[in-house]
Amino acid sequence: MANAPEKIAIGADGISASIGKSPILHGVTLQLPAGRWTSIVGPNGAGKSTLLRALAGLMPCSGSVHLLGRPLAQWHRGERARALSWLGQNEVAADDLMVYDVAMLGRLPHQPWLSPPSGTDHAAVEQALRATQAWDWRHRALGQLSGGERQRVLLARLLAVQAQVLLMDEPLANLDPPHQADWLLLVRALVAQGTTVVSVLHEVSLALQADDMVVMAAGRVLHHGACDAAATQAALEQVFDHRIHVRQLDGMWMALPSLQRKNNQGTKDVPA
Amino acid sequence: MSLSVARRGRWLGWALVAASMLLVPLGTGVGSVGLENLWPALWGDGSDSASRAARDMAWQIVWDIRLPRTLGAWCAGALLGLAGAVAQGLFRNPLADPYLLGSASGASLGVATALALMGGGAGMVGSAKGAAVTLVFSGHWLVRLGLTGAAFAGAVLAVLLTLALARGVQHTLRLLLAGVIVGVVLGAFTSLILLLSPDSLQAMQAFLLGSTGFVGWTSCLLMAGVWGLCLVAAWALSRVLDGLALGESTAHSLGLPLAPLRAALVAVLALATGTAVAQTGLIAFVGLAAPHLVRAVAKVPHGRLMGLASLMGAVLLAAADLLARGLIAPQELPVGVLTAVLGGGYLLWLMHRRTGPGGLL
Repeated sequence: MANAPEKIAIGADGISASIGKSPILHGVTLQLPAGRWTSIVGPNGAGKSTLLRALAGLMPCSGSVHLLGRPLAQWHRGERARALSWLGQNEVAADDLMVYDVAMLGRLPHQPWLSPPSGTDHAAVEQALRATQAWDWRHRALGQLSGGERQRVLLARLLAVQAQVLLMDEPLANLDPPHQADWLLLVRALVAQGTTVVSVLHEVSLALQADDMVVMAAGRVLHHGACDAAATQAALEQVFDHRIHVRQLDGMWMALPSLQRKNNQGTKDVPA
Repeated sequence: MSLSVARRGRWLGWALVAASMLLVPLGTGVGSVGLENLWPALWGDGSDSASRAARDMAWQIVWDIRLPRTLGAWCAGALLGLAGAVAQGLFRNPLADPYLLGSASGASLGVATALALMGGGAGMVGSAKGAAVTLVFSGHWLVRLGLTGAAFAGAVLAVLLTLALARGVQHTLRLLLAGVIVGVVLGAFTSLILLLSPDSLQAMQAFLLGSTGFVGWTSCLLMAGVWGLCLVAAWALSRVLDGLALGESTAHSLGLPLAPLRAALVAVLALATGTAVAQTGLIAFVGLAAPHLVRAVAKVPHGRLMGLASLMGAVLLAAADLLARGLIAPQELPVGVLTAVLGGGYLLWLMHRRTGPGGLL
């Protein structure tokens, strides 16, 4: 973990947020180091997506968020969009857009108003579409693609921004295992180049491949530490009610489902 | 395949321009007096007074009535097609209609109020039947201007009311619901006014059905000017619509200043719809169908969709106007009836295709 303040990509200081009248986040304080991959995990309704939105400046929240050492509110809109790229979960996308045009939208923050895409823009779009193996369908409409193929196009849109900080909410939704593995390699390569990646992942085993992990429950951060630290793994097992076990397999940490039921006292029962 | 997809938009554009070039001269030849009678009169030598009178009459029919009417239908269609493309992008709903923000019901209420205030006499102007058309250009242009102004003012006020009820343009769903509420309430007021002033019923009906029959050069130029303005504005704002197509949060994360740009798009929508409705009444389905037909042929970003949907709407309405005049000549159908029937059929087919086994959704 980095301690120097210039190494923090995103910092949250006591942020609270609500959706409608129900409070979702309760004073979250978090320092996410630059040049590392942090995954956010927690049970359903823990506030993971809301936290990611708050960090991206996409929803009003109390407290303060710092991006690369500067308060988010002080960033100019376009400048922020070039530094931070966000991919949402279950965002609606028009079926009529062509794949290439979708990826090109990632270049919007780089383009002056009304000017056509430059050579750099086209190169960035091609690189992004090739990175997610979506280049072959660049002339197809989004509506003609399967869920996983669509997700790869949306990932390419995120990559085309070429931002320093990438925030992804369930980036592996609908992806098949080979493309999940490709995504892991891609994120590793990006992080090696100095990019900061923050991802909300449902699949705990995939989340364990990150550098660091933030464990959340009920709108609070329970633990933040390296994925291979025993304390992090203990927090992870605890937040999921000990219904998963973290084990090492072929040098990788995996979460395996626990098939033992618990009674109300918390002592283990024999399987039913 | 890839090349053909990339070129389709351009081909569609040229095809629509060609169709327009064909429709406009055709439009001058169809109506109660056929081209076979007009043609010799137009080029008559004018040696005697009877021939001169026939020539003047023929020129008047072509120049003062049919040409502005055909061009007017083209312009109104272009405005509606553009408004439809903006509405569908803005509300991120492929079935959105330019009349959604209450502009249609507002314009109706404006016209009904004006008719009731002026009494039944104004009815002759609105009824757009054969000889009544000439009244527009003789004595009653003030009435005509009044009705147009009332329709436009009604449309703009209704859009402002919708925006006030929706408390701004940020929430698409709230905006849609407010538009529906305004539409229902203003529609009820319109019915009430018509009940109290039965004299204006016939003229009102012509407005509600939509008609290109009383479009003169002034209306034509007005619509063309507004269309040019709206097209440039919509094209300049089209990136917002592209961004919004990926969801509101994504658009926001891309650094687009959504609130002011959305307000500008709503203004374009209201101006284009209000202008078209004020000149031609409530012409159904053109605004809804034009962007769809374009998208069925070519998947283009919103920037190009604006121009293509405009051309498509223009060709649709100019063709419908031609049919309305030609189908049962020398009588004519209100063009709104024709677009409603054709558009309704198209919408049904679209619904069937969307839900059917080979559907897109």
